[in-house]
Amino acid sequence: MSRLLVAAALLVAATAPAWVWNPYHLHTLIMAGIFAVLALSLNLLLGYTGQLSLGHAAFFGIGAYATGLLTVKLEWSPWIGLLAAVLLPGAAGFVIGRLALKLRGAYFVLLTISFAGCVSLVSVNWMDLTNGPLGLPGVPPLEIALPGLPAFSLRTKSAFYYVVLAAVGLAYLLCLGLIRSRVGRALVALRENETLAASVGIDGTHYLVLAAAMSAGMAGLAGGLYAHYTRFVSPEVFLFTYTVTMVIMVVAGGKGTLAGPVVGAVLFTVLPEALRAATSWQWQMLLYGVLLVAVLFFMPEGVVPALRRWRTS
Amino acid sequence: MDQLLQHLLNGLLLGATYSLLGIGLTLVFGLMNVVNFAHGEFYTLGAYAAFAALALASVNFFLAIVLAIAAGALAGAACERCLLRPLRGQSIDTVMLVMIGVWIAMQNAELLGWGGVAKSVPTPFPTRPVVLGPLSVAPLRIFVFVVSGALILGAHLVLARTKLGRAMRATFQDRETAALMGVSIERIHTVTFAFGAGLAAAAGALLGPVFLLYPSMGDLASLKAFSVVILGGLGNFAGAALGGLVLGVAEELGAGYVSSGYRDAVGFLMIVGVLLLRPSGLFARAERVG
Repeated sequence: MSRLLVAAALLVAATAPAWVWNPYHLHTLIMAGIFAVLALSLNLLLGYTGQLSLGHAAFFGIGAYATGLLTVKLEWSPWIGLLAAVLLPGAAGFVIGRLALKLRGAYFVLLTISFAGCVSLVSVNWMDLTNGPLGLPGVPPLEIALPGLPAFSLRTKSAFYYVVLAAVGLAYLLCLGLIRSRVGRALVALRENETLAASVGIDGTHYLVLAAAMSAGMAGLAGGLYAHYTRFVSPEVFLFTYTVTMVIMVVAGGKGTLAGPVVGAVLFTVLPEALRAATSWQWQMLLYGVLLVAVLFFMPEGVVPALRRWRTS
Repeated sequence: MDQLLQHLLNGLLLGATYSLLGIGLTLVFGLMNVVNFAHGEFYTLGAYAAFAALALASVNFFLAIVLAIAAGALAGAACERCLLRPLRGQSIDTVMLVMIGVWIAMQNAELLGWGGVAKSVPTPFPTRPVVLGPLSVAPLRIFVFVVSGALILGAHLVLARTKLGRAMRATFQDRETAALMGVSIERIHTVTFAFGAGLAAAAGALLGPVFLLYPSMGDLASLKAFSVVILGGLGNFAGAALGGLVLGVAEELGAGYVSSGYRDAVGFLMIVGVLLLRPSGLFARAERVG
């Protein structure tokens, strides 16, 4: 039953551009994919180490700016840009992880908020580098250029959809590999009881730094893809709304599960779009807030674990 | 030299309101173990309540501030009764996420109610600055400073001298023992949260006329409050009062001598610096948080 459901979902995901005619609906699906990568990345920290990062929009934004600046100002290949979009935020995540050496819980949250605040101010104020609030227009589209063949542009929505789908697959498999490995078990042990974990020789800081760097790199990948998709980067990528949306997706979907963030991402990109006809953006954000509170009250583990329990009982 | 003095004065005047914000937050954390991310929304609520009382009901300016504080305290009490009480005993992270939800909901409710256009609050004070030798300062700012100082002193006296304050301090030190001595923990929690929210609303009502009102004004206020609390040490009343002044002065100096665009970065950098070097706060004598 469960396998059938997964196979059906995969089939639907793989063939979507063939039967989703409306470009706007396809756009919604692409955004759902980008958010799925973001939610998976946040879940690595929130779900598996128990540390909440409220600065994840910073990694997303650094990724977007990394590839935006390299491709627009230096005219490098977008693929190198994407690589930088993973490495640079990853390095930032590593530094944050190192700095947060002894900080957990509320302290970690505040450190990440402060970091995101600083980065956002830099993006607005460092006019020479980032163009400030005007942003960077003209980010080139992704292109596949194999030797001997004409270059194939991934400019169209249906082509980009598959790029994003591949990124979601990659992020999912990366998380799966990590969780099933020694590292994943160490992370869960740390989340459940740090003192006990330390007593059997698990170096908490080491694993937290690793998780933070990987999580930041994944968020950066999402930012890089977003930059090449919208072909424009502005300080809006640092908006706190992005972080909030990620948190809601992870918490509502089911933190500490692998399917949860993906389900949360799809739900919370498709639902608001469906509601858009009926409500304005402000109502949507208001509903987000209420929904977050309601989920924590009535379904504290999230949709995916709740569904699982409901099926087995 | 004159310029430096002017910056220091401006910093102290601004810092007093930051202290007010920080004290509310630090009390709620110390007593209830709640990381109140909605703190800035009570600040916004206070500012808009004062605006509503002044512009719509056209009451007296001073009465409007009192009404704003009452509105903040009431909203805080309601929030505690409806949301925090049922969650008591849950992990601190769950409560933190709930307060993030409250923050988003309150902010967007304000956006819906008041619209996104910035509003300014009329005041009865003359705009002509008072000149003291080389320094000049707006009368409104002096008023804000005096009221903030009075409120901080009042909050201190309530905590130090009254029976309620003793019950609050007892709960802070040891919840179970306080309960055994006949302190109603439930009531103390409601009062504390209302107290914190009321102080935030007071800061909003006082700073609202100095700046402009807009629905997302609470975000920065929250961050400043957190900076203050971290500077002073989580749960440390005197630390928060001093931390507010330190932050105000640091911001003024940063804006004056570095770049006004990075003014708000000063708080962020101070958070990072303090967390890394002295996580228990600048003024802590002993570690208060586990």
